Amino acid sequence: MDILRIATAGSVDDGKSTLIGRLLYETNSITKDKIEALESASKRKGLDFLDLSLLTDGLIAEREQGITIDVAHIYFSTPTRKYIIADTPGHVEYTRNMVTGASNAKVSLILVDARQGVVEQTARHLSIAALLRIPKVIVCVNKMDLVQYDKAKFEAIKDSLSSLVAQTTFEGQEISFLPISSLFGQNITQAADKMPWYQGNTLLGELEAFEFAESLAHAPARFPVQWVIRPKTEEYHDYRGYAGKISSGTFQVGDVIKALPTGQESTIASIEKFGEQLERAVAGDSIVITLTTDVDISRGNSLVLASDTQAPQLKDFTAHICWLDHQALSPGKTYLLQHGVNLTKAKISQITERLDVVAQTSSQDVDSLKLNEIGGIQLRTAQPIMADVYAENPSNGAFILIDEFSNSTVGVGFIK
Amino acid sequence: MTDSTIKDKIGQFPRKLEDESIYIMREVAAQFERPALLFSGGKDSITLVRLAQKAFFPGKIPFPLVHIDTGHNFPETIEFRDWLAKETGAELIVRYVQDSINQGKAKEETGKYASRNVLQTVTLLDTIEEFKFDACIGGARRDEEKARAKERIFSVRDDFGQWDAKRQRPELFDMLNGRIAVGENVRVFPISNWTELDVWNYIKEEKMEIPSIYFSHQRQVIERDGMLWADSEYLNKEADEIPFEATVRFRTVGDMTCTAAVESDAVEIDIIIEEILSAEISERGARIDDKRSEAAMEKRKQQGYF
Repeated sequence: MDILRIATAGSVDDGKSTLIGRLLYETNSITKDKIEALESASKRKGLDFLDLSLLTDGLIAEREQGITIDVAHIYFSTPTRKYIIADTPGHVEYTRNMVTGASNAKVSLILVDARQGVVEQTARHLSIAALLRIPKVIVCVNKMDLVQYDKAKFEAIKDSLSSLVAQTTFEGQEISFLPISSLFGQNITQAADKMPWYQGNTLLGELEAFEFAESLAHAPARFPVQWVIRPKTEEYHDYRGYAGKISSGTFQVGDVIKALPTGQESTIASIEKFGEQLERAVAGDSIVITLTTDVDISRGNSLVLASDTQAPQLKDFTAHICWLDHQALSPGKTYLLQHGVNLTKAKISQITERLDVVAQTSSQDVDSLKLNEIGGIQLRTAQPIMADVYAENPSNGAFILIDEFSNSTVGVGFIK
Repeated sequence: MTDSTIKDKIGQFPRKLEDESIYIMREVAAQFERPALLFSGGKDSITLVRLAQKAFFPGKIPFPLVHIDTGHNFPETIEFRDWLAKETGAELIVRYVQDSINQGKAKEETGKYASRNVLQTVTLLDTIEEFKFDACIGGARRDEEKARAKERIFSVRDDFGQWDAKRQRPELFDMLNGRIAVGENVRVFPISNWTELDVWNYIKEEKMEIPSIYFSHQRQVIERDGMLWADSEYLNKEADEIPFEATVRFRTVGDMTCTAAVESDAVEIDIIIEEILSAEISERGARIDDKRSEAAMEKRKQQGYF
């Protein structure tokens, strides 16, 4: 059974919470006591229907203001898949949350209000989905009930998005458009009887059919070492196992590997998981690797195939960055850079540009990047990092910046 | 749900969840000086112990199991706790709510809903201070409750153990930032992304032992507020609350005073899983401590509760 992670984004009132509530409701993911709680809460608000948005608006402040202010995680499953939704707020100022929620997603759900059509947020979401290389985007044109389920309205919105999509999309990204009504359950899990003109998948059908090819298994092999296991017991006297989660590619017993940054070579003697011996392991597997020879390897080192001459060690590089902190990014300041499990100091030597993700333009004369801004930076690290170009190998191409004094995660970077 | 949709839904355990949780366990061991695993005896913390075993095998679990004993636990839970510590060779640290009460740091609740659930926060914070734990691993899941849906995997708490929803660090990709200032500590939730069903499917696939009270048994109970409460010396009963024998099991294991039983004949894990899927009531619905108010959980978290 696989897991499909979805990021949802939308503007304040386009009904994102209702859409998620509807998905949960129609996949039987809500128990009776929760539905009862929903009924009484809906009544208190003077509504004569179930306000499904109340299912996800979790925090007290949100209930008071009726808005979503942080990333919430929601779960549902079908017989074939487990789904994890990262529900992120869609306010202008919350690019930070959108990027956070989308960082693990394979599908981005973008909502458009059928009455309003494409708004600034729509462009922002499409750009971010492209920047993060999210392989599938589903644009849900919601509230079709309020435009009398008019096909022309839907087509017009689709057309008005096409040039924007052409600007932002990358090769291999799938983009689909769905007319829906979350409030009345049209085209969510069941075909829309109000829109006979629409012949495509329902939203759930679209999600179930999406094959996120395990392309990661074919990406370059990267194994960042998290922890060295040395039991020092009678039975495992000389045992030395390198524990970690494969970030991309495939490793097999017998592979000749090299440890970066030292470049020392050895051969994989075993791949283990709780005593179980594996022949091979792929991206995402948490395993222990033992080698045929003693090599000096510690946390933060990476194992790659010895034959891999492209395996990068970066010290001076450029990246896209999304700034996440109230205190602006200032060039010249030293931050801690965390790439996977590896931590090193980094200095931003230059901010090369600031991107306007709505207008799809960039400005070069920039001296700082503020919260929610996306730009380009040039940086230099104290120790080399074993990172790939993000667009080529996303699971090994991102990093975070940490403020040395506040310890906050202040930025997320995507290596160019 | 109809019977056929229930059968459809019994899937397998998504193995990637285990890989992610093991990764988190290893990050805790690597990033912190004095981590601990908070063990309650419930199925979620038992799952954590298994994940910790797997993460460091063939080495031992490199941190202690810590149990905050309210004194109102089910005896079966305590028995199981001691067995598991022995079985895994992990170090076990137990601290008692009764001691906090004796020291005047916590005050016993009164009335028919009296429980020590809130009191254990005091003992927990004292224990964190006593051992200078900088990371405490807990079994909370985001699907349990609305406030938990927003919880991070590494959740930074201040000197007073308090959680501030607005100050949470963004967590991007699988990168976990565990850097903290002196006095702060981190609560870590490795099974954040598991659902109740995932936990049960995992227990089943891994053939794990769990305390006997999860399975159907005969027990003296009383009926209160439409729920069955285990009769015990700790429960303040009213005159008309007469104990009777029923065939029950527990879906969640907390204190005897705040965990309701469900009528059940389930003696096998498969039947338990079917029951969960057809259940009319959600898991925390059987926790009386959450019923106090709609925002009960969020308020307790702000005060340092798990």
